[in-house]
Amino acid sequence: MSRQPYVRPVSKTTWYMRNGRYRKYMLREVTCLLVGVYCFLTIWALAALAAGADTWNGFLASQQNTVMVVFHAFALVYFLIYQAFDWFKLAPKAMPVQLGEKKLPDRYIIIAHYVAWAFVSLFVFWLTGVI
Amino acid sequence: MSMRQMELEVMRYDPEQDDEPHFQSYSVPCEDDWAILDALNYVKENIDTTLAYRWSCHMMVCGSCGMMVNGEPSLTCKTFIRDLPDKVRIEPLENFPIERDLVVVLDDVMEKLRMAKPFIIRHDEPPPEDQEYTQSRAALYKFKQYTMCVNCMCCYAACPQYALDSSFIGPAVLALAHRYNIDSRDQGKSERLDLLADHDGVWECSFVGACSEVCPKSVDPAAAVQQMKIDGAKEWWKQKLGGGKS
Amino acid sequence: MAIAKKAFVWGLFAAGGTVTAFVFPVLIALFLIVALGIVPEGLRFENIYAFATNWVGKTALFIVISLSLWHAAHRLRVVFHDFGVRMDNAVANAVYLVALIGTVLTAFYLYKI
Ligand code: SF4
Ligand code: SF4
Ligand code: FES
Repeated sequence: MSRQPYVRPVSKTTWYMRNGRYRKYMLREVTCLLVGVYCFLTIWALAALAAGADTWNGFLASQQNTVMVVFHAFALVYFLIYQAFDWFKLAPKAMPVQLGEKKLPDRYIIIAHYVAWAFVSLFVFWLTGVI
Repeated sequence: MSMRQMELEVMRYDPEQDDEPHFQSYSVPCEDDWAILDALNYVKENIDTTLAYRWSCHMMVCGSCGMMVNGEPSLTCKTFIRDLPDKVRIEPLENFPIERDLVVVLDDVMEKLRMAKPFIIRHDEPPPEDQEYTQSRAALYKFKQYTMCVNCMCCYAACPQYALDSSFIGPAVLALAHRYNIDSRDQGKSERLDLLADHDGVWECSFVGACSEVCPKSVDPAAAVQQMKIDGAKEWWKQKLGGGKS
Repeated sequence: MAIAKKAFVWGLFAAGGTVTAFVFPVLIALFLIVALGIVPEGLRFENIYAFATNWVGKTALFIVISLSLWHAAHRLRVVFHDFGVRMDNAVANAVYLVALIGTVLTAFYLYKI
C-alpha cells in the first residue's frame, strides 16, 4: 500500500467566498477602514478647532453636503451591524462571568453592553446639545 | 417506518489509482430516522464495499466520523437525513490531506495535541497517597465545557486561518490547553506559555468564530482562544512590569 | 518564555475595538447631523473649544482616537493577510506607522487647543 495523501488547494485570495460565514467575517473586518476614516476626520476637526473659530466654522461648512450625508448614513448602518452589534454579541465569549457554580447566561452580558452603549450614546448627545 | 430515497454524492480518492479526487453518486433507500453515517454504512454493506471512512461509536463520543456534509463540517452520526435535502454531498474534512475517500490524515493535529500538554502539571508536593487533588464544583464548572471535546476536528475543517496556514495550532488544541490552564488543580500554565509566545499560537486566530459554530459538542473553542489572548495580553504587561514570573 | 509582542498589540486592538463599538455609532451620528446642516449647540465653536480645553475632554478625545487608530491598524493588517498579501512585516510597519502618525497628530492638536 503506498500512501499518497491528496492536499486540496486553498486560494489565498478568494477563500472567503467559500461560505456565508467567512463572507460575514470579512464584512466585519473591513469596518477597520471606516474606523480609520472617522479617526482622521476627527483629527481634521481637531486641527480646525485648534486653528480658531473661522477655521472651525469653515470645517463644519465643508462637511455639509449630500455626499457626506449619504456616506455617513451608510457608515452608520454598516458600522452598527458589522462592528458594534457584533462586538457586543461576542463579548461574553471573551469575558465569561461565572457566579458560583453557574455561568451567567450570555444574554445578560450582552444586554449589559447594550445598556452601557445606550448610556454612552445618550451622554454624548446630551454633551453636544443634540438632546 | 417510511423510507426516503437519498442521493449521496461522495468524494472518492484512491491514492493508488487517482491523481485527484472525484465524486461518485449512490442512491440510498434511507429510513426516516437515519443519520448520514447510517446511509454510508448502507452503501458500504450493500452497494460498494470499497468505500473508506472512519467511524466507531455511532453516538457522538469517539469523534471519528467527522466529514463535510453539504459543505458543513459535521459528525455524520449526529447529522440526520430528516434535516437534509434529497441530494447530499459528502466530502472528507476540509483543511486536511485526504488519505483515501473520506479518510483524512490527522498527523498534524495529533502532533499539536502534544504541545498543549493536556494533563495536570503540579509543582507542589503530590497529595498523600490516599488523597486526591480536591476541587470545588464551581472550579469544575469553570472549564467543564472544554472537556467535552471529542477531537473530531470539525473545528479545524471550519477554521480559515488553519486553512491558510497549517502551522497555526488551531481551535481544539488551544481550547484543550485553556482547559488545563483554568483548572484549579493545575500549575502548568507557564509551561504552556509557548502557545501564547509563539506567533503560531493564539495570535493567528482572528476570531472568525467558525470553529464554535460547527462544534458538535458546544465546546466553543473560539471563546477559549479569546480568553487566552486576554490572558496573554495581561501576562505581557506583567512581564514588562517585572511582576510576572516565567 | 517571553510573550510575543503580538500580545501587546492585540491588547490595544481589543481595547480599541471596545471603544469603537461604544463610541463610533454616536460619533458617526454627529457627523451625519452636521452633514444634514444642523450644528448642535455643543458643536458651536465656544462650546466645543471649551470642552477640548478641559483636561477631561482632552483625555477622553485622546484615548478614543488613539485606541481606535490602533484597533483599525491591527485589523487592517489582518485584512491584508486575509486578502492574500503575505508581506506581514512590511504591512505591519506601514499600518502601525499610520496609527502612530495619527496618534501624534491628535496629541499635537489637543496640545495646541
Ligand atoms: S472543539 Fe468541538 S469541533 Fe473541535 S475537535 Fe473538539 S468537539 Fe470537535
Ligand atoms: S475563531 Fe479562531 S480558531 Fe476559531 S475558526 Fe476562527 S480563526 Fe479559527
Ligand atoms: S461515530 Fe463516534 S462520534 Fe460519530
